[in-house]
This record gives sequence, structure tokens and C-alpha cells, in this order.
Amino acid sequence: MTDAAALTPPAARPAGVPLSPHLSPRIAARRRGRHRAEMRFRLYGLAALSLCALALIVLLASLVWSGLSAFWQTHLRLEVEISTRHVDPTRPQAGDYGGMLRAALEARFPEVTSRADRRRLHALLSSGAEEDLRRMVTADPSLIGTRQRLWLLAGTDVDMAVKTGLSRVAQQIKEGAGVRLSERQLEWLERLSREGDLALRWNSRFFTAGDSRDPERVGVLGGLVGSLLTLLVCLALALPVGVAAAVYLEEFAPRNRFTALIEVNIANLAAVPSIVFGLLGLAVFLNAFGMPRSAPLVGGAVLALLSLPIIIIAARAALRAVPPSVREAALSLGASRMQVVTHHVLPLAMPGILTGTILALANALGETAPLLMIGMVAFIVDIPRDILSPATVLPVQIYMWASGAERGFVEKTAAGIMVLLAFMLSMNAAAILMRRRVERRW
Amino acid sequence: MVSTMDMHLPATSAEQAVAPPLMQARGVNVYYGQKQALRDVSLDIRRGEVLALIGPSGCGKSTFLRCLNRMNDIVEGARVEGDIRLEGQDIYAPEMDVVLLRARVGMVAQKPNPFPKSIYDNVAYGPRIHGLTSSRAELDALVERSLRDAALWDEVKDRLREPGTSLSGGQQQRLCIARAIAVSPDVLLMDEPCSAIDPIATERIEMLIEQLRQRYAIVIVTHNMQQAARISQRTAFFHLGELVELGPTHEIFTAARSEKARDYISGRFG
Ligand SMILES: Nc1ncnc2c1ncn2[C@@H]1O[C@H](COP(=O)(O)OP(=O)(O)OP(=O)(O)O)[C@@H](O)[C@H]1O
Ligand SMILES: [Mg+2]
Repeated sequence: MTDAAALTPPAARPAGVPLSPHLSPRIAARRRGRHRAEMRFRLYGLAALSLCALALIVLLASLVWSGLSAFWQTHLRLEVEISTRHVDPTRPQAGDYGGMLRAALEARFPEVTSRADRRRLHALLSSGAEEDLRRMVTADPSLIGTRQRLWLLAGTDVDMAVKTGLSRVAQQIKEGAGVRLSERQLEWLERLSREGDLALRWNSRFFTAGDSRDPERVGVLGGLVGSLLTLLVCLALALPVGVAAAVYLEEFAPRNRFTALIEVNIANLAAVPSIVFGLLGLAVFLNAFGMPRSAPLVGGAVLALLSLPIIIIAARAALRAVPPSVREAALSLGASRMQVVTHHVLPLAMPGILTGTILALANALGETAPLLMIGMVAFIVDIPRDILSPATVLPVQIYMWASGAERGFVEKTAAGIMVLLAFMLSMNAAAILMRRRVERRW
Repeated sequence: MVSTMDMHLPATSAEQAVAPPLMQARGVNVYYGQKQALRDVSLDIRRGEVLALIGPSGCGKSTFLRCLNRMNDIVEGARVEGDIRLEGQDIYAPEMDVVLLRARVGMVAQKPNPFPKSIYDNVAYGPRIHGLTSSRAELDALVERSLRDAALWDEVKDRLREPGTSLSGGQQQRLCIARAIAVSPDVLLMDEPCSAIDPIATERIEMLIEQLRQRYAIVIVTHNMQQAARISQRTAFFHLGELVELGPTHEIFTAARSEKARDYISGRFG
């Protein structure tokens, strides 16, 4: 549609009928300007969107780059003699598995004799290998008295060397760079590698273990369970209280100064720095009520305080979005105000309330500062069993790994963040599914 | 007056004339904030009779209807003065149970407002909350009867599970009528119930109103003068918040006392 065509008056126009004002050059130019403005506006939006996508891709790529290796861990293959010398068949739990593994290493490298070299040799294996062997034999005592070729967890220095590349590490040792392996140890590793007894194997421990001082032995399960328990407590406290408060304010409370004051303060509360809630939790839950430190119950309560204003604000917005005609219709049929709320208003507002709640929970999942205040930062090896046992949460766990001295913690930190993101994504996906189900009932 | 009632109500007219009216409004003033929407309105609502409220847009017809079942309670800043009684009981008295009042004084709103639930649930909602039926079959029958009365059954009988909001505007209006009569109120307030309904369904609704009149008292707001003349026994003409004229319909339509009412009815203003 060129302008020349638009400006040509239609031939069939009878004389005396004025030309439509929309065909005049001035208005046509204005219209072209409007189309250009729309074009520009779309471009800005597209640019903003690409910027967000780019930032996200860079973030994910850097995480995967530095964290992916954490999902594989170096293992050595050794022939282990599970002899009655080291373990009493009636009490497999109490065996000297460390001794058994040291014997296996020395059998593999018989030329090592000096005390210092033997200590270096023993350092190749992680203490996790001993733990794994103990678990294996305890589960199946018939193994006692047999010889087994087993893949055993290597120490973090070995793991780092394998992940860097043995030849590069050899180079670094020659240059005198700070490498935590000696030349002898590297020789042994090269020999194992040549014989196919040194390999990176899937690190299932990362998903089944709690925290540890050794980077090769750490796992996210402790933090994951801690986060889950804490969020459950948070949800159980914040959702009912938040919805009840929102329903009261929206549907029952008279509009006066007092409710206006409360409204302003809820909005303010949503903006209070989270560490303040941590201090409050410390003063009230721990010091005044004497609740246990580091427990998901207290962590969840603190996060509930934090999420409440967000949930109340979201729930009120959702309630306000329910058309007043629905309330009128129900009231004029003789429904009580409570029936209006429970039969009509709440079901219609539920998708919005759930969305707000999920946002608040996702927010709470990432909180670290207030939980530090109530002692959820402790070093906890065991997986928490209930909301009263000591626990930590994923972000705090990640924070602790990030401040760990060992180099092996770097990849674990990034891998932990990946797990945290995956947890959050699955939480949001579950929320969307739930929302769909609620929405389908109109 | 008695003679006109005789024309329409052969059987019970004698009692009706002496029996106290079902609802009585005296000196009703309504304010929305500073603005006065109704001025000193007094009228009676009688069983067995259709009362038509007519008047130009914004004159307070809906406002008056909403006073009768206290729907103005939920309007922010609305204030109702005066005395309104249902069977002699002051409906604005503190001991009045609004749930009971609204169950006995049903209402069909000016804009159709079906619940975003199924057609069936829309109609069944009132009977359910008041516990009017004791079995599923009874409820089904009540829903069917109400939908039939509202001239909607044939159109929806195969899609009772579909949302009420998926119906057309006129169907929604009839759904709201069905929903209101399913509660069996004593008084039915209808605010322009036929504004979006085609002539055939309108006729059905008018037949329904004529039937319901035997049992209930009906107050209907309408902008359709022929309709008012056809279905009502008495007509009230409102203007600028005042009840200008009230009387037997045929008198209002043939010999209104006030010039405003005559002009409005003949279509010269409004
Ligand atoms: N919720 C409200 N808040 C403020 N003013 C209102 C409200 N509802 C109605 N009014 C005012 O009260 C007056 C009467 O309104 P009402 O709805 O009763 O008129 P109506 O006679 O029903 O008109 P229509 O025939 O157009 O439906 C109008 O001037 C209107 O502006
Ligand atoms: Mg109206």
C-alpha cells in the first residue's frame, strides 16, 4: 500500500463529495509516523528480551563450565583382600577397613618402602573409600575372606590432578608451581592410568551425602532436605495466615484509619531487609521461646515472617480482581458473607494466590542472611530427619562451600548452585501444574 | 382501586385488599455519599401483584429495588433512611437476619451475573445453601423446573455441565431468573429482566411472571412501556429520585395526573 495509491482519489467518487480527511497528506504522514513508532517500540522490547536471554545464557554457561566436572569423581581400581585379619566376620561393622585399603595400596606398589613414601601412597585414597568399603561389607558379610577388584574414591588432590590433566600437572611440578601432589605420587597415578585403573566415575555420592570437610565426599542431600523441610514449615505457617489476613482485610474489614495504617505497614514490611527478620527470629524464637538452634522449624518460621507480607499483598490483589458482580449474585441469593468467600471468591482468587505464594517461596528458598542469624550455618554431616533436627539449607551450604579453602570446593559450589536452580525450577513447574488444576474449575 | 384489583385477581381480591401488604416502604431516602438518590419514597408491595417501576435512566429505580433486599449494605458510602417492613418486621432492624431477608426477597440484577460455575451449579446454588432439597433427585427436579420456568431448559438441557458464563447475554439473563426463582422467594425483584432477550423468550418470561404472581409479589423495573402495561397491575413512575406517581397501571397509562409521567409514557422525554 504505497502512499501514492492512497492519495489518488477513487475514480468512482461522485463530484461534490469531499475527500476523506484520512487521505490528506498531513494525516497520512502522521500515520506513517505512528507505524514507525510502533516498530521502534517493538524493537526496544525485543532488545530488552535478548539482553535478558543473553545474561541468562552467560550465567548458565559459566555455571555449567565450572560445575559440570563435580558430577564425576576420580576413582582408583585396586584389588582388595577382605581378610579376616582386618575384619571379624561376626562384627563386620567394626573392621579395620583403613588398614585393609593401605594393605591393598602397598600390594599394588610393592617397591614403596620408606615411611614418608608410604604415607604419600596412602594419601591417594579418600577417607570416603574406607566408608564405602565398610558399608559394602556390612551389607554383604559373605564378602569377607574374598578378594575383590574395586573402584575406590580418590582423594581431592588426586581428583584435581586428574581433572586438570596429569601431563599438565607434571609440567606445573617442573615449573615449581604450587601443586599439592609430589612427583612420586604423580608417577604412581600415571602408572595406574596406563593400566586402566584410574578413571572419572559418576559421582552419585553428590546426591546422597550430606556435608563433609573433604570436597570429594560432599553431597547436596543435606542442604536439599533442609531446604525442603524449611520451606514446608514456611508454607504451612505463611499461606493460611497470609490468606486469612488478606481475606479479612479485603472482604470483612471496615475501611477506616486503622485498616489503612495496617495496609501501609504490610507494604512496609515487604521492604524490610531480610536480616532484620533473622535478628527477630534469634531474639524471639531462640532466646525468648528457647527453640532449638539450626532447626528447620525455626528457619521456616523466620522465612514465614519474611514471606507473609508478600503473600498478603498478592492474595489481596487476587481477591480484588474477583468481579464484584459475583459477590452480589451470591449475596442476593442469601449466601452468608463467609459462604460468599469460601464458595466463590477464594476459588476464583486461588490461582493468583498460588502464584504469589510460589514467588514468595522461591524468594525464601534463596534467603541466606536471616538463616545465618539463627545458626543454620553450622557444619552438619547428617541428613536432617525432621523439622527439629539440626539442618542447613542449600544456599547456606553453597555459601559454606564457596568459602571453603580446598580447591575441590570450587566445582562443588557451582554444582550446588545448579542443583539449587533445578530445585527452584521444579518447584515452579509444580506450582504451574497446581495452578492449572485450580483454574480448570473456572 | 379495589375495582382494578378485581379485574386481575378474581379469586382472592377481597382478602387482598384488606390484608396488610407483604412489604411496606415509608419515607425512604437513599444517599450515595453526599448525593441523594431517593427522596421520601413510600409504597406497598402486595402478594399476587406485579408492580412495575418506570422512569428515565438514573432516576433511582435500581436503587429502590436494592433497598428492599438490603443490597445497598455492601455499597461503599450508601446510606438508607426510612422504614421498610417485610410482613410488619423492620428489615433494617439490628435483629433482622439478612440471609433470611435475601432468601425471601430474591433479586435478578440489571446486568446478568452468572457464577463462573456450571449451569446446573448456578441454579442449584441457592437451594443448596439453604438446604431446600433433601435428595439429589429432588435437586435435579428443582433445577429443571426452574430452568423450564425461565424458558431456558430446552436450550441448555444437554449442556448443564458447561459454564454459565459461556451462554449468550440473553441466556445468561434467563439463567439468573432461574437461579432466583429456585430459592422460592416471597418477593421477586427484577431489574430489567428482558433487556437482552428476544421477543419469544420475553413472552415466556412474561408468562412466567404472570404465573409467579399467584404465589409471589413481583417488582419489575422496565424501560418497555408495552411490557409494563401488559404485565403489571400497578405502576410507579420515578423521576429524579422521587416517586412522582403511583397507581393502577391502566390509570397511569391512560390518564396520568402528572405531565412528566404522561410525557415519559408517550415517549416525549426520557
Ligand atoms: N454505587 C453508587 N455510587 C454512587 N452513586 C450511585 C451508585 N449507584 C447509583 N448511583 C446514582 O444513583 C442514581 C440512581 O441510580 P439507579 O441505578 O438507581 O438508576 P436507575 O433508575 O436504575 O437507572 P437505569 O434505568 O439506567 O438503570 C444515579 O444518579 C446514579 O448515578
Ligand atoms: Mg437501573
